[in-house]
Amino acid sequence: MSAKRKLDAFDPRDFPSDGPMISLRNLRVSYSGREILHGVNFDVQRGETLVILGGSGSGKSTLLRTLVGLELPSSGEVWIAGKNFAAISNAERDEIRKKLGMSFQGGALFGSMTVGENVGLPLREHTKLEEPTIEIMVRLKLDQVGLSGFEDYFPSQLSGGMKKRAAVARALAMDPEILFFDEPSAGLDPIIAAGIDQLILELKKAFHMTIIVVTHELASAYLIADRMVLINKGEVIASGTVQQMQLSTQPKVRQFLDRIPEPAVAQELDYLQMLTEGQPRAK
Amino acid sequence: MRFLEQVGEATLGSLSYVGALAMLAGRAGYFTFVGPFVGRPVRFTRAVSQAMETGVRCLPILSLITFFIGLILALQSAYELKRFGALNYVASAVAISMTRELGPLITAIIVIGRSGSAFAAEIGTMKVTEEIDALETMAINPVQFLVAPKFVAMILMLPCLTIWANTMGVIGGSLFGVLQADFTFTRYITATLDALFLRDVITGLIKSLMFGMTITAVGCLEGLLTGGGAEQVGRSTTRAVVVSIFLVILVDLIFTTLFFFLGGGK
Repeated sequence: MSAKRKLDAFDPRDFPSDGPMISLRNLRVSYSGREILHGVNFDVQRGETLVILGGSGSGKSTLLRTLVGLELPSSGEVWIAGKNFAAISNAERDEIRKKLGMSFQGGALFGSMTVGENVGLPLREHTKLEEPTIEIMVRLKLDQVGLSGFEDYFPSQLSGGMKKRAAVARALAMDPEILFFDEPSAGLDPIIAAGIDQLILELKKAFHMTIIVVTHELASAYLIADRMVLINKGEVIASGTVQQMQLSTQPKVRQFLDRIPEPAVAQELDYLQMLTEGQPRAK
Repeated sequence: MRFLEQVGEATLGSLSYVGALAMLAGRAGYFTFVGPFVGRPVRFTRAVSQAMETGVRCLPILSLITFFIGLILALQSAYELKRFGALNYVASAVAISMTRELGPLITAIIVIGRSGSAFAAEIGTMKVTEEIDALETMAINPVQFLVAPKFVAMILMLPCLTIWANTMGVIGGSLFGVLQADFTFTRYITATLDALFLRDVITGLIKSLMFGMTITAVGCLEGLLTGGGAEQVGRSTTRAVVVSIFLVILVDLIFTTLFFFLGGGK
């Protein structure tokens, strides 16, 4: 692809071509004194689609924020493309970030800019491309997500699904090596959500990107994942391919995959225990 | 003991807030003045559109209010001056009060209401909708991208607005002068110009520059400190206005004192 070559031409720093794209080593993250992630370890291989599953409050969003450098770990290592993200300078981190694309849950498009300006923003900020070239690239990226002709619309004029697509187009602007999705199908109806899943599959097939998706939608996870990681209370409790996960006999995995609700509080004593421990009763 | 603890805590809190303000202003200043020389130019078009919003669109309301303030000043000073038969000093009373004090202060307060609150609301909303996070993941510095253009716009526009406010105040005063104090419009303006020293105007403009920095720093910091949720944006906006007014008055006091002693009490 010619646009891809152009981008590579002005960004000489290449990602290493062997070894895992992302490695987490005993990653711990705390918010104001409370530890959210308690020592997370896993690797993501090049070109792999990893789905991070977990319930609300499991720490999966914190994990994603740490992966893109929005949170810094209190200890442990985050290796992205051969560099420890937690231990490098801001300038170095920004260099890596230029090769990461992130699609936020609500899209996070800039309301004061048109869709085209949103998608073109990273190009205008980080490259010295001519304006006509940027416009072509913007059209190309919007075309890739099925939003041709929407350059001059404002985000507020788009539907929920279209906003997500526009956000993906912006994440794709710099031809990222790794693409992150935060809850891609949250708040969308099943048909639109299926469309987003399809888009992720197409991107994977066309660009062989490493894709990390955080979600709690099982159907979507089964469809797009090469491998899954299940997080519960800030720890990885299971990981493996879709098939391995589906065959798992671990109670917590089964509970999540089979959508079994937490047992209702049966006795007053249990309820008191739950309150004093500050967390749902362990099974 | 408990009381002392609270006083200590409040003092530390205020100091760290002022520290955060200074850091934000410093970083915005870095991106404004040093950035262009290290290949990080300020976004000119953003600064211009911000200046339009902060400056040009503020003119109608600013003109009206400072015209009234000038007229009120003339009326109030005439009340006292009339007793001494010194009604012709109305022009100088209005001119000096406007340029040294009320021009910069009223301008600052109107700009706080229009722009300081808008900065906090805009950045606060962007924080809540993850747009600030999006900037960071795209390796775009939010201070450089959002705060620096506002900074440039404010330090350019506030002195300009202040000059305009001074002029409108004088014109407001002249209305009284012409109708009640036997001035002609030309004579009133001449009397004003005779009464003013360049020092009066300059000290007012220096203050307005400081006010501009204060208002931008507070508005943007409050925006960046916004927590989650829409009601937090409202809180940030309110805080931005209240804190800005307080700090502007404090800065005013500091600089007026400074000018008083530097000017030998004149």
